Amino acid sequence: MRFLPFLISGICTAGLVVALNTQLPAGGSKTPRLGYFLSPQLGFWQNAEPVNTSFDGNVKLPNLNGKVDVYVDDRLVPHIYAENDLDAYYVQGYIHAKFRLWQMEFQTRVAGGRLSEILGEERLPIDRMFRRLGMVYGAEQTLANMEKNPEMKATVEAYAEGVNAYISSLQPQEIPFEYKLLDYTPEKWTPLKTYLFLMFMSYDLTARGATADLQMTNARNYFGFDDFDKLYPNVQDSLDPIVPRGTDYLKPAIVPVAPASKDSLYLGKTANSSTALLPMVPDKDNGSNNWVVGGSKTKSGRPILSNDPHLGLNLPSLWFEVQIHTPTHNTYGASFPGSPAVIIGFNDSIAWGVTNAGRDVLDYYDIKFKDSTLSEYWYNGEWIPAKHRQEVIRIKGKPDLVENIAMTVFGPVMYDKAYKNVSTEGKYLAIRWTAHKAGTGLQTFYKLNRARNYDDYLGAISQWECPGQNFAFASKTGDIAIKQQGAFVARWKRQGDFIMPGTDTSYAWQGIIPVEENPMMYNPIRGFVSSANQMSTDSTYPYYLGAASNFPLYRGIIINRKLAQMNQITPEDMQQLQADNYNVFAEYARPVLMRYLDETKLSADEKKYIDILKNWNLRNDPGARGATVFKSIWDSLEAQVWGDEIKKANLPLPKPDASTLLESLLRDTTFRFADNINTPGKVETIYDDLAEALKKAVPHLKELQAANKLEWAVMKDTKVNHLLKIPALSRLHLPIGGGEHIINATKETHGPSWRMIVQLTDEIEAYGVYPGGQSGNPGSKYYDTFVDSWAAGKYYRILFLQQAAAAKHERVKWHMTFTNS
Amino acid sequence: MKKTITAIVLTGFLAYVLGIYSTIPWWCFVFSSLLVSAAVHQRPGKSFLSGFLGLFLLWVVLAFMKDAANEHILSTKVATILPLGGSYLVLILVMGVVGGLVSGLAALTGSYLRK
Repeated sequence: MRFLPFLISGICTAGLVVALNTQLPAGGSKTPRLGYFLSPQLGFWQNAEPVNTSFDGNVKLPNLNGKVDVYVDDRLVPHIYAENDLDAYYVQGYIHAKFRLWQMEFQTRVAGGRLSEILGEERLPIDRMFRRLGMVYGAEQTLANMEKNPEMKATVEAYAEGVNAYISSLQPQEIPFEYKLLDYTPEKWTPLKTYLFLMFMSYDLTARGATADLQMTNARNYFGFDDFDKLYPNVQDSLDPIVPRGTDYLKPAIVPVAPASKDSLYLGKTANSSTALLPMVPDKDNGSNNWVVGGSKTKSGRPILSNDPHLGLNLPSLWFEVQIHTPTHNTYGASFPGSPAVIIGFNDSIAWGVTNAGRDVLDYYDIKFKDSTLSEYWYNGEWIPAKHRQEVIRIKGKPDLVENIAMTVFGPVMYDKAYKNVSTEGKYLAIRWTAHKAGTGLQTFYKLNRARNYDDYLGAISQWECPGQNFAFASKTGDIAIKQQGAFVARWKRQGDFIMPGTDTSYAWQGIIPVEENPMMYNPIRGFVSSANQMSTDSTYPYYLGAASNFPLYRGIIINRKLAQMNQITPEDMQQLQADNYNVFAEYARPVLMRYLDETKLSADEKKYIDILKNWNLRNDPGARGATVFKSIWDSLEAQVWGDEIKKANLPLPKPDASTLLESLLRDTTFRFADNINTPGKVETIYDDLAEALKKAVPHLKELQAANKLEWAVMKDTKVNHLLKIPALSRLHLPIGGGEHIINATKETHGPSWRMIVQLTDEIEAYGVYPGGQSGNPGSKYYDTFVDSWAAGKYYRILFLQQAAAAKHERVKWHMTFTNS
Repeated sequence: MKKTITAIVLTGFLAYVLGIYSTIPWWCFVFSSLLVSAAVHQRPGKSFLSGFLGLFLLWVVLAFMKDAANEHILSTKVATILPLGGSYLVLILVMGVVGGLVSGLAALTGSYLRK
């Protein structure tokens, strides 16, 4: 034996193995363990799914009560036929896991503040935010509440059992791609994770207030209430509410009384200030469209329901299509991987769809603690003890971090001396949020899956609490309805727009609005109902809905205008409407721009772009250059008008809404915020602002044009990002029009996440599409199958089949059976 | 030459068999490559080459089979992430060299076990 060479080459071998078996730092993140990742028998190659994979199979599941047949169609949609409900949810859990396991787990890790555990300390700010927001606390409350409901407990547990059955069937080389990339392994699914996921939806749809309330407080302090009220007004002249103006409302059961100190302490200048901002803020345009046209307006004489929820666009998609058939119900629709049942869909008798209500259900209270131990706080004239909650955050490669969160009568203390920034110094802000209430979880959807008529629908949604939604409804018997439902706070005007004093009950919530007082419409004479996140009522509704900036205005206007004009409607008409790119905001705004523009003073370049603007057909179609010109000039004008005020405040302020500037200009030509406060002795008018805005927009437009980016879709550059934002796993540069204020609400990374149209004829005629694919595996050809159709505004005809028909349908490609033994 | 071919085939075969057991680490073939080189005695240079080629060929063949059935969907994405210009051929080559080097070094080590 040659000892020295043996030793040297042995050490080299070991060294190379260690290097290839370690995650190495690479540009802010880490590489996979390369040896493992590249190994053909263990690594990513195992996730390269053959394009002709068969999904046939016989699966043995312990504790299954009967036999379950799953027919998988050519789009990889499973049609589940079970002999009882729990078996169906068991198998739904298994199938969700089979196609979407990594995503399911990742999303609940985000919601539960557990990203640092797998990604290291750079994710700590987001983890801390979610822990301190009380996400785990809220999920635990709902879990405990639903444990008392035998039906829902069994449902969520059967689902978890299905997920876990799949996880334990996995060989190490079969775990999803992203686990290998990030180097961790799947963990057991639990009912709490289902509730954590639902908590994430509550966050996404109602927690903008956690940032907005702080910014609004800054704005009120900086401008004073009177100016604040002009910049962030509570009226929208052009509002077309969900429930039409002039509707009579019930006499309110609760008359919220504003505290005596409201004007001085709350709206005045003496109140507290803050610049606290969160590391992650839900998108302002998290919203949606839904509408139902009644039989009087359709060609078939039966209702047609349409829904497209606007959310962040991701791969794998938030949605997964499924049909669930049991002796109690036969339901099809979009489900959430991570949760049993169908969330948006239809059954043999009815269809339903949801949009976000946008109501303010999250407030801050300023708490006075005796000392920094946070053990006692001042409430109604005495010191009362605070409970504490420990949130342990595990961090990859580092010691744990423990968040010690004081719990008050209002809720968890999100901001304290351990979680603060410059201007929350010394402040203790507790969060009161309806999502912390022990909720009903999935019960509403569970019941909607089984609803047969209008009464069932009302009964199902009456228990829904958070996030508040506009539930649209249609039945085969011809009923149509919409109702805004949730646990909504009975507010006095402006209550909760700003941080509120928390030393006594005077600013506390005074009740939740009774369910029967929530805005609704049932079989209206006009023949349609709709919602697009606008204010649900006019100002005669006896409760304050929350700041107007929560409620986008324009999609509602154009949807109602179009629906009112349309007759003899077909599902194809509804498809075209969902994908419609008409910009009603520009319809109002362009004449205002032209009115304030002195065309005699334009340079040659300016004139060229103004001509494009004038000749534009007001549609944000993919190739529209006018849409880009309009947006550039409008954005530049907003910056010109608001920029000076906002910059001088030196605090994060909310940007006034587009509707505020537009309606101010429509109302008043001597708009005083037009003046640039940085030029003393000179009073700029809106004419000056627009001339200046154009001067600044034109070089930008020339740059875009030089780079061939003047066409709207190219400029907007819509993409569907992978959840880890890895470009190679995302779909980039999609040729799709639309945008803010437009029915086709597709922005850069946000838009219609599921489009569905259901005509309630005897044999239901339904269409659907979402920007993703049924498989979450980037190595599957089904990973992004629907993206191009979605971008083109095309739909798939949905297969809604009885079992016998499914067994021999030409589009059904595979058959899986699940048995006990 | 005969010895070299025997060593290459044995190295690849044993690594493949070990790879079937997915609960053991990916690098367990270092032991089989070392033993093959100790058993089939060659000069160090040839041992390294046999060890290298045995694993290189095994991994490249396995990857090509997976990749062809997948029509390069995943390999193209991985070759963009790593980053290798999105070329599945470069990816497969790099992978083969990585595995080959580990195995070759193990075989080199094994060759020094005998005089």
